[in-house]
Amino acid sequence: MEFDALLLSRIQFAFTIAFHIIFPAFTIGLASWLAALEFNWLRTGNPLYRTLFRFWVKVFAVSFGLGVVSGIVMSYQFGTNWSRFSEFTGNVLGPVIAYEVITAFFLEAAFLGIMLFGWERVGDRLHFFATCMVALGTLISAFWILSANSWMQTPDGFAIENGKAVPVDWFKVVFNPSFPLRYAHMVLGCYLTTAFAVAGMSAWMLLRHPHDAPEAKLAGSRRSMSMALWFATIFVPVQILIGDLHGLGVLKYQPTKLAAIEGNWDRMSNMPLRLFAIPDEVAETNHYEIGIPKIGSWVLTHAFDGEVPGLKEVPPEDRPPVWPVFFSFRIMVAIGFAMLGIGLWSLYLRWKGTLFTNRTFLTAAMIMTPSGFGAVLFGWFTAEIGRQPWVVYGHLRTADAVSPVSAGAVTASLLTFVVVYAFVFGFGSYYLAKLLRRGPDPIEDIRGDDLGKKPKRPFSVPDEGLEGRPGHKALPVR
Amino acid sequence: MFGFGTEYEGLAFWLPLIWSGLIAVAVAMYVIVDGFDLGVGILFKAAHNENWRDRMMFSVAPIWDGNETWLILGGGGLFAVFHVAYAVLMPALYVPIILMLIALIFRGVAFEFRFKAERSKFLWDNAFFFGSLLATFFQGMVLGAFVQGFANDGRQFTGGTFDFLTPFSVLTGISLIVGYALLGATWCVMKTTGELEIWARRMAVRFLLLTIVAMAAVSVWVPFLGRAIETRWFTWPNIAFLAPIPLVTAYVAYRLFRDLEEGRHYRPFFLAIGLFLLGYLGLGVSLFPYNVPPNLTIWDTSNTVSSQLFALVGFAIVLPITFAYTAYAYWVFRGKVAEEISGGGYGYH
Repeated sequence: MEFDALLLSRIQFAFTIAFHIIFPAFTIGLASWLAALEFNWLRTGNPLYRTLFRFWVKVFAVSFGLGVVSGIVMSYQFGTNWSRFSEFTGNVLGPVIAYEVITAFFLEAAFLGIMLFGWERVGDRLHFFATCMVALGTLISAFWILSANSWMQTPDGFAIENGKAVPVDWFKVVFNPSFPLRYAHMVLGCYLTTAFAVAGMSAWMLLRHPHDAPEAKLAGSRRSMSMALWFATIFVPVQILIGDLHGLGVLKYQPTKLAAIEGNWDRMSNMPLRLFAIPDEVAETNHYEIGIPKIGSWVLTHAFDGEVPGLKEVPPEDRPPVWPVFFSFRIMVAIGFAMLGIGLWSLYLRWKGTLFTNRTFLTAAMIMTPSGFGAVLFGWFTAEIGRQPWVVYGHLRTADAVSPVSAGAVTASLLTFVVVYAFVFGFGSYYLAKLLRRGPDPIEDIRGDDLGKKPKRPFSVPDEGLEGRPGHKALPVR
Repeated sequence: MFGFGTEYEGLAFWLPLIWSGLIAVAVAMYVIVDGFDLGVGILFKAAHNENWRDRMMFSVAPIWDGNETWLILGGGGLFAVFHVAYAVLMPALYVPIILMLIALIFRGVAFEFRFKAERSKFLWDNAFFFGSLLATFFQGMVLGAFVQGFANDGRQFTGGTFDFLTPFSVLTGISLIVGYALLGATWCVMKTTGELEIWARRMAVRFLLLTIVAMAAVSVWVPFLGRAIETRWFTWPNIAFLAPIPLVTAYVAYRLFRDLEEGRHYRPFFLAIGLFLLGYLGLGVSLFPYNVPPNLTIWDTSNTVSSQLFALVGFAIVLPITFAYTAYAYWVFRGKVAEEISGGGYGYH
């Protein structure tokens, strides 16, 4: 493997986008979670919901800030590192990505300020409207970017003229075959990421307090955890179902990717469900395979003797790297089923009435805090590595998409990104962890705060200091 | 129009012009709004004490975050409608663009963390200063490289990684630093009071003189780039139409100098913006209709008609709303920043 501009650009893109996706995956879910909390506050007038809103909006603000910062880099990298991709797809994907940009732009400009700072000024109803618009904005933003990504997986509605893709039917471009289910799968993935993060962080707060602590200290964490777990219990099964349907689409439109996911070398009916194997790309076979006979075919075709395509049907240069796709997929699915287990366990404990006191469960929920991020990342590894060697499936190879830049320049930029991201996001994560450690304020602590006097920045929402112990507030500016 | 692009008809002719106008407006907006807050960052280290730095930062805190989205709009807009220009320019400008983005990241994060920090405040002060300085410098280099032109085969960049790096682009980098410092200083004149305002006024005069020197140096250098830009300016009848640009520029610079001396608060900032817009206009006149100098026009690099129209729908909805909201935000935070911004008392008068 030669470290040329191509490989380095791929590493750089993978690194920057994997870093970036963490924040939107969290904020898409958090925005809707905040809308749900505020809705409950307006409906019931229970101050608990307002306290929770005020806590989680801090986490949202910091994550959103970090997401914007890491996102700026993305809109330039298509050109800096993938100019031949830009040339080939520009007519089609240019406007689609532009719609993503202007949606984010509009959201940032219009409603975020009101949501973060305007509650005292605009009143409950308008503020709730702003919160809903921010949530809607994150969903629309995701709509366009996933449409663009799906087009790269299952391109449609275009013709090739003069070596470039040109749009023929915009509806088909935007709603290309893999888009609807990919969008559903990703949005639900974001929601579940948030649900498990909220549940896990709340479980952690409950673990840190003795359970005979004053009710006011625990109520917020209990309510957060309960709401998040209800959501997870209901929607993890839905997500597994959507994932399965999405897999049928992969079988239809990207058979080679599917063969890599399954580690299936020869076309076969009665394919086993491979739980584990070491795919060997040289010998074109699997070692140490453990599988359940026929179930693989059944999952994919809903018939025990359904035919599943094999990797050997295409020449080696048209196959994706098998083992990363094979394992990423299995890790994602394993996380999904662990989530399902937590959901069922929580139902049982609710029935027993020990949901908030069972320390084993709370510990398990705490450990599952980052599970959604893991599932999202490994899901994307499966989708994107599985798309290789194509950048636009079947039409443009990744190797033909790279910019005419020197390996030296990309090495330098990649190293810089690694150092800068480590520094910036290290501080960001540290600060986020500190906010979470402090937890929601006890209910009686709520007072009219002085947000009106602070600089209007996302980070102005939390008042936690950057240094010092948790709970130590930032000193006012002198 | 102007004898360019006449081989195109109807929408294929007009859409690239409309889009050039829109992107030109977005870039101008960016240069103005991010220009003054980068300028504030450039002056940051020179400020005498912590209170001054707090007030300077506070003066831009409420409104700067819309500014970088104009930059995303620039990148996104270019890809949306002039994808060939995007494909050629981005690899050609690989090094300065990546470094500019990284500098902006540092600066943006410094903005957030400085308000939260105590012991590590000096760290964020430095991140803010160097981030602003370097982001400006690399933006200036991008500008210089753009005027120099790019080696290309009509679809891709064919030059080397460091083609952008020339004495001319270093000059434009430094020029933009002094220009943004002028914008930042006049902003501080408008937004602050007392000794800080007096100091900002002195800085504004200093950087005005440097800006004039820089504009003159760039103008003198351009004929030596071998791009024949000067023939556009100095042939008849163009010279009659274009002569007002440098004349008005000279007058605005003089008026700005007088205003600063006379102790005006608001007008220097707007005159400084005027100075920038005139320079921008001069640049537009020099380069039109090429968006990949020296050889690709806006018609050569644009998307298909259907693609441009599709993107136009979204921009037509969002741009006016964004302008209105930006204007509103500036209106809400008008006036000068309080001198004592301690305790609960900081904020606007």
